[in-house]
Amino acid sequence: MSPQLMLASADNIDFMIHGIFSYEIFGQTVWITTSHVCLLIVTITLLIFFFIGGQVFKHAKEIPGGLQCALEMMVEFLDGITDNAMGNKGKGFRNYIGVLFVFILFSNISGLLGLRPPTADYGVTLPLGLITFVLIRANEFKYNNLWAIWKDKCSPLPPWLPIWLPINIISDVAVPISLSLRLFANILSGLVMMTLVYGLLSKIAIGWPAALHVYFDLFSGAIQTYVFCMLTVTYIGSAIGDNEESVLKRMLKKKKA
Amino acid sequence: MEFNDNFILGCSAIGAGLAVIAGIGPGVGQGIAAGYGASAVGRNPGAQGKIMSTMLLGQAVAETTGLYGLLVAMLLLFVKPLLMK
Repeated sequence: MSPQLMLASADNIDFMIHGIFSYEIFGQTVWITTSHVCLLIVTITLLIFFFIGGQVFKHAKEIPGGLQCALEMMVEFLDGITDNAMGNKGKGFRNYIGVLFVFILFSNISGLLGLRPPTADYGVTLPLGLITFVLIRANEFKYNNLWAIWKDKCSPLPPWLPIWLPINIISDVAVPISLSLRLFANILSGLVMMTLVYGLLSKIAIGWPAALHVYFDLFSGAIQTYVFCMLTVTYIGSAIGDNEESVLKRMLKKKKA
Repeated sequence: MEFNDNFILGCSAIGAGLAVIAGIGPGVGQGIAAGYGASAVGRNPGAQGKIMSTMLLGQAVAETTGLYGLLVAMLLLFVKPLLMK
């Protein structure tokens, strides 16, 4: 018996990433996979969508039509995510969070079109988590001085007793990992469930898997998108703290006064 | 002592099954969250939208541990890290 016996009964179960072609660069073999192709399709769709949206807003009317109404509602919703969590300071993050939301949403629901969702590839979600990590740390250093950061890192204990420091650092490092793994595992589990339904029950899978698609692709995908954006915004907001202005601005003001 | 591939694969399958037991915790947690959400809507039906979104957010975060278990199971079954190549 071969070790491949596990999937012996179903040859058509396949949710893995496949390489399409490879090329050599600096002695390393680099594969272009199905994830890249699906990402490209999602990105092109988004670009077309953004172009149409830009044209609609460029010729915006006093009394909005249907498309303009829908787009305005969408933009208001996306701005609301940052404004609810960060208030006035969130203005600079509206663009990033908006694009992030639309990108992850389109990636997640691309399973409806028969694509393999790009977010079911850890190579796609880990960079998103790392961008969040960089944003958190950069804004922490932008809005807080070093003493405040040190005090925050030793937080349950007084700042001259940094026993809690390594634990706080570990919990900071765990943020991008848990963020990216959450999105990845959710979308992957949906993908595996759908593949199992189509692979094992292929004879009777007519029509009714659409209900499963609504749950696994639309509902789960939308919830995870919202969670990712919401957590990103919350982490950045808590890293900034109560400071209204950046450290540099405050220092300049002190010099002037 | 040397183990053959089938033995390791069988143990991996058992391990995957044990890893998915992690799904119990999030199930209980999400149920509790949904129950409190329902009672909150009963007390204040006007705030249904906000309660709903808060509940879903908390449930999605609580789901993470279960998904880690699922991830371990998937790694054991499909990547087969214990199998020597």
